[in-house]
Amino acid sequence: MSSDLDLLYSDVEDDLRSSVRDLLADRCDPTVVVGLYDGDRSLVDALWKPLAVDLGLTGLLVPEDQQGAGATAREAAVVLEELGRAVAPVPFLTSSVVATTLLLEADGDLLPRLATGERTAALVVPLNTAPHGPIPACSVDAAGRLTGVVSAVAGALEADELLVPARDADGTLSLHAVAAADVEVTPTVSLDMTRQLARIRLADAAGRPVLGDAEPSIRRALLAGAALLASEQLGIARWCLEETVAYLMQRHQFGRPLGGFQALKHRLADLSVGVESAAAAARYAAAAVAADDPDVPVAAALAQASCSDLAVTAAEEALQLHGGIGMTWEHPMHLYLKRAKADQIAFGTPGSHRARLAELVDLPGAGA
Amino acid sequence: MTITAAELRERVAAFLATHDPATMDRMEFLRARYDAGLAWIRFPEGHGGLDAPQSLQPVVDEAFRDAGAPDNRARTNGIGLGMAAPTILAFGTEEQKRRFLRPLWTGEEIWCQLFSEPGAGSDLANVGTRAVRDGDEWVVGGQKVWTSGAHNARLAILVARTDPDVPKHAGLSYFLCDMTDPGVEVRPLRQITGEAEFNEVFLTDVRIPDAQRLGEVGEGWKIANATLNQERVSIGAGASARENGMIGTVARTWREHPELRTPELHDRLLRLWVDAEVARLSGLRLRQKLATGRPGPEGAGMKLTYARVNQQLTGLELELLGEDGLVYSDWTMVRPEVIDMTGRDAGYRYLRAKGNSIEGGTSEILRNVIAERVLGLPPEHRVDKDRPWKEVAR
Repeated sequence: MSSDLDLLYSDVEDDLRSSVRDLLADRCDPTVVVGLYDGDRSLVDALWKPLAVDLGLTGLLVPEDQQGAGATAREAAVVLEELGRAVAPVPFLTSSVVATTLLLEADGDLLPRLATGERTAALVVPLNTAPHGPIPACSVDAAGRLTGVVSAVAGALEADELLVPARDADGTLSLHAVAAADVEVTPTVSLDMTRQLARIRLADAAGRPVLGDAEPSIRRALLAGAALLASEQLGIARWCLEETVAYLMQRHQFGRPLGGFQALKHRLADLSVGVESAAAAARYAAAAVAADDPDVPVAAALAQASCSDLAVTAAEEALQLHGGIGMTWEHPMHLYLKRAKADQIAFGTPGSHRARLAELVDLPGAGA
Repeated sequence: MTITAAELRERVAAFLATHDPATMDRMEFLRARYDAGLAWIRFPEGHGGLDAPQSLQPVVDEAFRDAGAPDNRARTNGIGLGMAAPTILAFGTEEQKRRFLRPLWTGEEIWCQLFSEPGAGSDLANVGTRAVRDGDEWVVGGQKVWTSGAHNARLAILVARTDPDVPKHAGLSYFLCDMTDPGVEVRPLRQITGEAEFNEVFLTDVRIPDAQRLGEVGEGWKIANATLNQERVSIGAGASARENGMIGTVARTWREHPELRTPELHDRLLRLWVDAEVARLSGLRLRQKLATGRPGPEGAGMKLTYARVNQQLTGLELELLGEDGLVYSDWTMVRPEVIDMTGRDAGYRYLRAKGNSIEGGTSEILRNVIAERVLGLPPEHRVDKDRPWKEVAR
């Protein structure tokens, strides 16, 4: 538990934020994002290429000698805040955070190719897999052939390379890379189509071994994902708050701006306190991962236990306070509600993270 | 060039070489520490500090503690150190700083706060205590309430109405009041805990020299707000280590009594542990933000959370204790010198925490503050705002 971690943003982080925000403002308009729900996924590539190549975001967590930018989780977290703020449909979290963190511990040429944005990868586990929970795995035979079905996989539709956890006959968990083109990837109609899931079916698929005893690395990658997802949730919540404040200033009823009614002001005040709290939790998690602090497991569980619910609350409050317009397909609010609710379940529910905290901070339950 | 931790340790060592805490009189030692700039190091040189970063204060405090030196018993002068001192530093004249800050820091002079009145609670700007100019003095009359520590205090920060003919915010001035003036009468105000931590203070023809006015005549509202922002930061952002404060107390009970645990209480405890830890991090973040500059309205959010979490935790603790939760330690009326929210028994903690959402700005007023000053939403309708104070019905 380090009290000296910087929970604010550096100038470099602020600069990074504004270039990501500018690009998203330009190319990720909500009216285009909503097209994902009607089957038009063209935005994904149109957005991912400039983010990856022009801004170099794919290499943030990769060391410079592996063609990366040698930045840290702090910068990746700022990117995620902006991606959440724009409900951007890009595989940054799945490829540039989770898969990249996993590959940091492996040999081979995949990591530099992820860094440059030439390739995109995804870890083949359900999106709701918690870093401390059971890891669903395929099976691998002696010849290295993979068999199994994994559903609710995030980032797979955008990936060229799938990283598949598999158990051999002895029960050892290892990690294998498979070309996405070589397996059956079926898109799922998802609650959140801005992070559309897929069902992966492997039948004696030829994999390349990536990591032998892979469980600790997979858990570490999921932990980084959980820790940084909090920043995406913070971005969602901030957008919901700011958008609602702006709307209530503009919308008049009873001859006054709605924002002047105390019942609504107090709800927004509570939401604002929640958003600032989430900022502290999310920044702490990002800073802890960046510093490889021993408190990372607590920081990640804490961030997920708080920011997951806060983002959902922010979206639900925003929807209610927008009144009827918030229920329309035309208004972007539903994009944020769907992302927030899916994010709440991603990497383990808040309840599962509280249960994890009970172990980590020695607050055992009844009968323990 | 800012001073480093190592340089500070050297300074303390050099000071200790010539001031032996084992043989020196306690107060003489504290005064010398102040004069050496090793009291509150963020304060300017000449006023107990070195213009050093606040973050290095623990380095100095630890070095003195390790040497077995006496400290200034900060907890007995919370209002003085937390509210009066920063306000005097920001708005006082050199002469006022010289006169008041040293005995404040050493604890020779305990301070209290004469702000709230029976008719001026949430509407603090409605203060009706009058201060009338009489030559070089002001003659003050009125009634103050919720004054913690008034029975121990030598001095008070006081807000009084100097001009009833202008709208309420414009007619206030800020004074440093001598509590030993014969016109000051302090009566204990017993609260729901049974003890009297607060007082009512009756002011009858109290004479305050004009030299003890802080800031300009009519600037009282602005200065009082600066004081209150300090208060909300110090209330809300007190704890810095994990499980400091009420959560630590309840977590300890939980760990020591497995037989009391239930699944429902477990879920509530974990939620509150998360809330308390996130609040601690928010406090840390706020302090990093405030490292330069004065506290703004953001402290209001910290205080809101602190009050809610404390109230929920203390309620949970009584339920956890079951049969023992039905017992109360002592209803005897006492006037405590130090307020310890996490001290005494669980019943006391439960009752005392009820005040957390009232003192220092009610949670409802704080939500207005956040909505208006942080989010920029329209202000409440205030029918008295632009009318002379004396013409408003009350």
